[in-house]
Amino acid sequence: MTFGEHLFLGLLEGVVSGLILALTALGLSLVFGVMRIVNVAHGEFFMLGAVVAWYASSLTGSFYAALLVAPVVVGAVALAAERFILRPIEYAPEATIVATIGLLYILQQVVLSVYGPYARPVNAPVYFRVDFPGFGYSGYKLVVAGVAAVLLGALWLLVTRTRLGLYMRATQQDREIAQAFGVPVDRIYGAAFALGAMLAAAAGVLIVPVQQAHYLMGLDALLLSFMAVIIGGVGSLKGTLVAALLIGLVDGVMSVFFSPTLAKVGASLLVAFVLVLRPGGLFGEESP
Amino acid sequence: MKTAGALVGAGVLTGIGSTVPSLIPKASAQPAKPSGKALRVGFQVHRTGIGAIYGAWYERTANAAVKLMNETGGIAGRPVELVAEDDGTDPKRGVEVVEKLAQQAKVDFIFGTLFSNVVIAAAPRAGELKIPYLVVSEGYHVASGKLNRYIFQPGITDVRAQVSALAPWIVRNLGKRITMVYPDYAFGYDHRDFFGAAAKRLGGNIAALVPIPLTETSFTKYFPRIPRNTDVVYHVMVGPGVLTFVREMGEHFGARRQKLFGFIDSLEGVDIGSSGLEFLEGSYIWEAFPRYADGYPTRYEAFYRSRVGVNASGASQQDGKNVSAYSHMFGVWETLFVIKEAVEQSGYESPGPKDYRAFIETLERAEWFNEGNWHPQGSKRFVGRLHQAFGRQFVSQVQNKKLKVVFRTKIEDGMYPPEADYTKQPL
Repeated sequence: MTFGEHLFLGLLEGVVSGLILALTALGLSLVFGVMRIVNVAHGEFFMLGAVVAWYASSLTGSFYAALLVAPVVVGAVALAAERFILRPIEYAPEATIVATIGLLYILQQVVLSVYGPYARPVNAPVYFRVDFPGFGYSGYKLVVAGVAAVLLGALWLLVTRTRLGLYMRATQQDREIAQAFGVPVDRIYGAAFALGAMLAAAAGVLIVPVQQAHYLMGLDALLLSFMAVIIGGVGSLKGTLVAALLIGLVDGVMSVFFSPTLAKVGASLLVAFVLVLRPGGLFGEESP
Repeated sequence: MKTAGALVGAGVLTGIGSTVPSLIPKASAQPAKPSGKALRVGFQVHRTGIGAIYGAWYERTANAAVKLMNETGGIAGRPVELVAEDDGTDPKRGVEVVEKLAQQAKVDFIFGTLFSNVVIAAAPRAGELKIPYLVVSEGYHVASGKLNRYIFQPGITDVRAQVSALAPWIVRNLGKRITMVYPDYAFGYDHRDFFGAAAKRLGGNIAALVPIPLTETSFTKYFPRIPRNTDVVYHVMVGPGVLTFVREMGEHFGARRQKLFGFIDSLEGVDIGSSGLEFLEGSYIWEAFPRYADGYPTRYEAFYRSRVGVNASGASQQDGKNVSAYSHMFGVWETLFVIKEAVEQSGYESPGPKDYRAFIETLERAEWFNEGNWHPQGSKRFVGRLHQAFGRQFVSQVQNKKLKVVFRTKIEDGMYPPEADYTKQPL
């Protein structure tokens, strides 16, 4: 393969993984921004999405059913978690971290006992190979990138053009004033948490034909999402999106040219550099 | 005493010289109900973590073997009890599991560990606690001499022997310029070091080495490292991502693919008919024990297969989608029967230095495990000073989305000059 082909493959991999990461990370960012809480169990919603997709597609035989069912199921789980775990502790920052760590283990272990330790495949709805000069590439991955981009567009519309989005932005800016203006803050919290989880679940469903559903798959998703949220600036959806694509591209290009381990080191260094230069992240509110 | 060649050629139960103590399975054990204090066998199992797919099948096989033992008189007339403990496929936890089984559960023996990083971490602790630790791992770590006298691998051939036996076939039939893709840890290094050396001796050369971290989930980015002018891609991968691995390899190469020689590890637990694996058609796969029942149709194989509950395609009888780790899990079965044979012949009764010495020395004097219901994969040469068994290997070709055996090595093809001598270590 020539240099150009290598670079192209790296960029392709980077864009695909960056878009998937963006879905997961935006979910985390939304929860971070609106509710001001750290959801350590976010990666488990991604995993749960993949696992529910396996059940749904083996029962119905249809991937599209899984794409609909999994986010709904995961959203319901998240709603329940918000109502019965986070609300009783009044979203206190420290308590929330501990509670969501607990939730992480509960979800992981429930999946382990019910679904088992297997890595099970879900068949892709479309399967074809795209032949580039020098290498072939999964057509489904390109479809995934497209669907992820559409979902991101829909999220942008939701946040900027709908009443729910307006309420979310208002709650993010100032909870008490929003409440004074009649925003049902409690319900907005529930909605933001469920929506965040549904985004992660959608990413999980999209990825499951590429990498099988496995009960430990949430960890990588969580770590990378945190990186994207921090680099992008806490609470900034635009920042998270840019950061996710940046991490994907750096990782994709570097891992084609150097060793993938080095690429992970590179991506982590990137976080460190951004934080040294801009402690609030790329698009974050400047901290004093 | 008959020669190794004659024994292997016969491929069936063979007499063994009377001067050498050996472990010969009786044709049929007297089905008496076992009684007395149970013999407790500690089973370190990868129920969770990246080895979980193997762990599930290792456990199923162990349970089937113990059930058979208890139906046919137990071990030395005593019932056998399996004490299973999950190690999460984690080296640190593996050490704790050895301690827990030895000190709290007070088992007689510990066996069953697979992942080589866990074995290498846990084996020294078993040596310190002076409890026999019989692994089913394939790694060269036992025969290399770097573990200790309490560690045995009597149920499965090690990687060095496997690749030494296969290298001539690969270089002769597939090509001389070889690129190796392997997991980036101890087990993968055994492949890299010993296949690399064997290929060079045969006039082959290694075009590139592509190590892949054990927890990797996306493999597309690794394949560009395989040079264009490679004749053969030699691949071996483990962990939950194996299906993604082979699929993405197919996407990368398409119809232009080089010749492929894979280790079944890359496909253990994976249905060869899965979508995206069509490119494997015509490629070659190493198997320790053929997944499809017609690959090695002996009555012992059929007996073993039905007792474990595996169908003719290598999947669970209850769930055809649940494909077994057929090329590895026989090692669990055979190791348990080696324990039985060694206990019965050494007069082992209870944990303690005296009985353990008898057990270990008896096992070290063993030379052959003969093919039969207890050793369905085939006869094995056991080298006491190495604590390692040597069996035959299979090469299968993917034909019509199934594995078809095309070649079988001889035991002596895999025998290498011993580097270690555990029998000289103190007990």
